[in-house]
Amino acid sequence: MSKNDMIFKFENKPAIYSVGTVAGKKEWEGALPGIYDCHCDDDTFGMPTWEQSESEMQRLALNHALAKLAWDDGKLGLLFAGDLINQCTSSGYGLLDFDVPFLGLFGACSTLAEGIIMTAFTVNAGYVNAAAAVTSSHNCSAERQFRFPVEYGGQRTPTSQWTVTGAGAFIVGRRSLLDIEEKLIEAKNASQSQPSPLFTHVRIAEAMPGRSIECGMNDANNMGAAMAPAAGDTLLRYFTVSGTKPSDYDLIITGDLGYEGHRLTGELLAQKGIHLGNNFADCGLLIYDRERQDMHAGGSGCACSALVMGAYILPKIERGELRNVLFIGTGALMSQMSVQQGLPIPAIAHLVRLIYE
Amino acid sequence: MIPIYKKDYKKYAEKTAQKSNVLVCCIKAFLVGGAICTFAQWLYNMFITRLGEENTRLLVPVVLIFLTALTTGLGWFDKLAKHAGGGTLVPITGFANAISSAAIDSKNEGWVLGLGSKIFTIAGPVILYGTLASVIYGVVLYLLKLAGAGGA
Repeated sequence: MSKNDMIFKFENKPAIYSVGTVAGKKEWEGALPGIYDCHCDDDTFGMPTWEQSESEMQRLALNHALAKLAWDDGKLGLLFAGDLINQCTSSGYGLLDFDVPFLGLFGACSTLAEGIIMTAFTVNAGYVNAAAAVTSSHNCSAERQFRFPVEYGGQRTPTSQWTVTGAGAFIVGRRSLLDIEEKLIEAKNASQSQPSPLFTHVRIAEAMPGRSIECGMNDANNMGAAMAPAAGDTLLRYFTVSGTKPSDYDLIITGDLGYEGHRLTGELLAQKGIHLGNNFADCGLLIYDRERQDMHAGGSGCACSALVMGAYILPKIERGELRNVLFIGTGALMSQMSVQQGLPIPAIAHLVRLIYE
Repeated sequence: MIPIYKKDYKKYAEKTAQKSNVLVCCIKAFLVGGAICTFAQWLYNMFITRLGEENTRLLVPVVLIFLTALTTGLGWFDKLAKHAGGGTLVPITGFANAISSAAIDSKNEGWVLGLGSKIFTIAGPVILYGTLASVIYGVVLYLLKLAGAGGA
């Protein structure tokens, strides 16, 4: 155990109040159908290029999250956002409409966890009353940038994952904001039918940012295997430092390890004597019907965890079905160039503990 | 802290990874590739009686390339290729798809720096090394002929 193995505890327990989710066609028809705030049947969102479609999804997601609270952007003190496209242009363009200071993030597919950690830091410290973490990924813009043209007729390996089309915006605020609480209860009573309602019980309790881990994997078609050691490393550090064991949690959910990474993470931790049980899940395995939709190893991308966490897991915490959840956002920190140069893929995994309160 | 992964992690991850079913892939590729070639032979038989051999040799690939570009644009080709693999890749359809899909993809970046420079991103290596291989083949053939001529 090194002195850097530190769990950041948020004594003011920042709360996730509102989440806006935007999904593409395959996600809308996937294993968790129809739970997102909005979707588009042709994945273009009315835009001429895939990159602009992705920006539009971010704009829609944050608008949905704000609209649920009946807020305008003036209530937000900070925006943390990131995506997979070079120089995070999807976030830069997508958040143009919002008059809020914006800090860009890059954590590949772990961006959501990174964003939630950053909002929790700033809100917990009292610098801002509320902040938002926004992220997106689009299958077509990611395919274009990292792999082949969208219409190229290639075969994907069984280990490859499908980049999720979607965006999520998570608004995190101080628990003690009285006017928020009143509005929340008001708004909650008014709109029970919303796909993912407002949250009054979801708190961010702890965070443990990950380290960059490289384990020799250089196959960009098997990102799950590249990310598994990072996820295992963060979990191992967390269990060691906190003195807890997997069965203490209702759910331990990773971002987008997919079939390969999920299996390998379990095996790596088992070697260290930590046995993950049935409460170990992965957003990439939950989002699609892998057999019916032919999704190979599952979903990936920033939006993978954003959609599953925002529209599926957080409502479960809100209802009290899950009371103690470890969310581990996983990311492969490679570029097309690093892969072409044959470098092994570094990966990262950020841990966030979410609780019902 | 000791790294969590084993020293031979990469080997282990690759060994235990899910594999494609080679037999099924081969059968699919054989059937689709065979169907494309049969179709091309049918075109050949159709054209040769009416247009002569020289025009036919030109027209058969042209028809295949056109159909590939059309189905690529309509978004059908990649759905077939996903199952067919080498069956659609090896005939001229694979080459046509590589070019047309890159062209469609990069049109938003402009005619010169987008479409113009990126149209051959996938097909470019095939053209370069195909030409290079044909040059080497030509030289070898030339030397063989020289040797053959000397022997005679």
